[in-house]
Amino acid sequence: MDAYKKIITDGLWTNNQALVALLGLCPLLAVTNNLTNGLGLGIATLAVLLTSNILVSLIRDYVPSEIRIPVFISIIASAVTAIELLMNAYLHDLYKVLGIFIPLIVTNCAILARADAFASKNTVDKAMIDAFAVGIGFALVLVVLGAIRELIGQGTLFDQIHLLFGESARTWTLHIYPSEWPGFLLALLPPGAFIALGLMLAVMNIINARKKAKLASIPVELKAKAEA
Amino acid sequence: MNSIVKNTLRGALILVSFAVAGTLLLSGTFELTKKDIAQREKEALLENLSTVMPKSLYNNAIEKDWIRITDFKAFQNNEPVYIYRARKDDVPSGLVLTTTAHEGYSGNIQLIIGIKANGEITGVRVLSHKETPGLGDKIEIEKHNWILSFNNTSLANLSVKEWAVKKDGGQFDQFTGATITPRAIVKAVKRTLDFYKTHKNALFTQDSLGQESPMN
Repeated sequence: MDAYKKIITDGLWTNNQALVALLGLCPLLAVTNNLTNGLGLGIATLAVLLTSNILVSLIRDYVPSEIRIPVFISIIASAVTAIELLMNAYLHDLYKVLGIFIPLIVTNCAILARADAFASKNTVDKAMIDAFAVGIGFALVLVVLGAIRELIGQGTLFDQIHLLFGESARTWTLHIYPSEWPGFLLALLPPGAFIALGLMLAVMNIINARKKAKLASIPVELKAKAEA
Repeated sequence: MNSIVKNTLRGALILVSFAVAGTLLLSGTFELTKKDIAQREKEALLENLSTVMPKSLYNNAIEKDWIRITDFKAFQNNEPVYIYRARKDDVPSGLVLTTTAHEGYSGNIQLIIGIKANGEITGVRVLSHKETPGLGDKIEIEKHNWILSFNNTSLANLSVKEWAVKKDGGQFDQFTGATITPRAIVKAVKRTLDFYKTHKNALFTQDSLGQESPMN
């Protein structure tokens, strides 16, 4: 059970693909100018990660390590393209929103990284849990980053959320500042994405440093216990 | 030596089998979804057409009655313009054009423009753009109603000078901090109207390019 717990904390925090491994920054920085986009890309990435981790884990015993990378890439690319076609045909409204993100996901190195570093060495159930943990960890960063930029940039939260959850979600949009709020454009532009991500990294480092300091202050015999 | 050859062949065989499996999966999915996707695209096209051309104005199969114009000089762009022809009881009643405004702040702005037979605009919408979020993106109907200011305008009811943003002495609002984007759209709409005025009759009589729809 502890092994599963470690997979989950690794994916969500300790080895968060966006904040620690700093992978997948291209789609991450490009689309997070509001919360809705962040959530959309997060969901799409999670779906792709789950598919690719399961497939890679299933075939892991049949692929020699020399040719594993091209095999993984063709698996990821075919799976993503098939998902894109199916979504276009049967979930067209969702496709209209997420459609632009899907080709971006193929280039997300976090997916290949999980395939190679985890799924190719672990059983299917572990690979699935890893996909969920890493995918949710990545999605959370996208959502928080999108929320920060949207809030500072245009003073709202959940703007355009109806694109994801249908017309009834129109009322979810929160106007945090009065409507005369002129907005702070920098937050919405690409430099704002870098600055906001930098701040998130800083906050994460502070939290980790505090944790470490707390551990260091515990007497040695208890420390082993706390770490386990 | 023998084992190297064997290993290489084995690796190649595995790679090939994955490539084949991937190709089969994709071509299978493609065949399976082809009809539905075409149907969705047709619905999306009809929806776009109906936002700029009221249904009451036509009763033909507008999505099948289309032509392609490559008069790059008149439109000052380098993309073909698609024109869908609205007819009521076989009498020409209007046109819907998809065109590109290339003078935006960043990249091309795809527009869909409806014009009544008498040269009056029935509607303009932005299909896609890459303008600055929070500034230039107010051209989207979801964000601002600016794009509706084209409704019912024509070359007859606005002078040449008025076909410009207010900053340039014209009739149309610009946005605070974003003049280039609205200016690009006003120019593109004006050019489309000019083109319509010159070629009006020819546009309705030209043979339709047929059943399949070019736009998605």
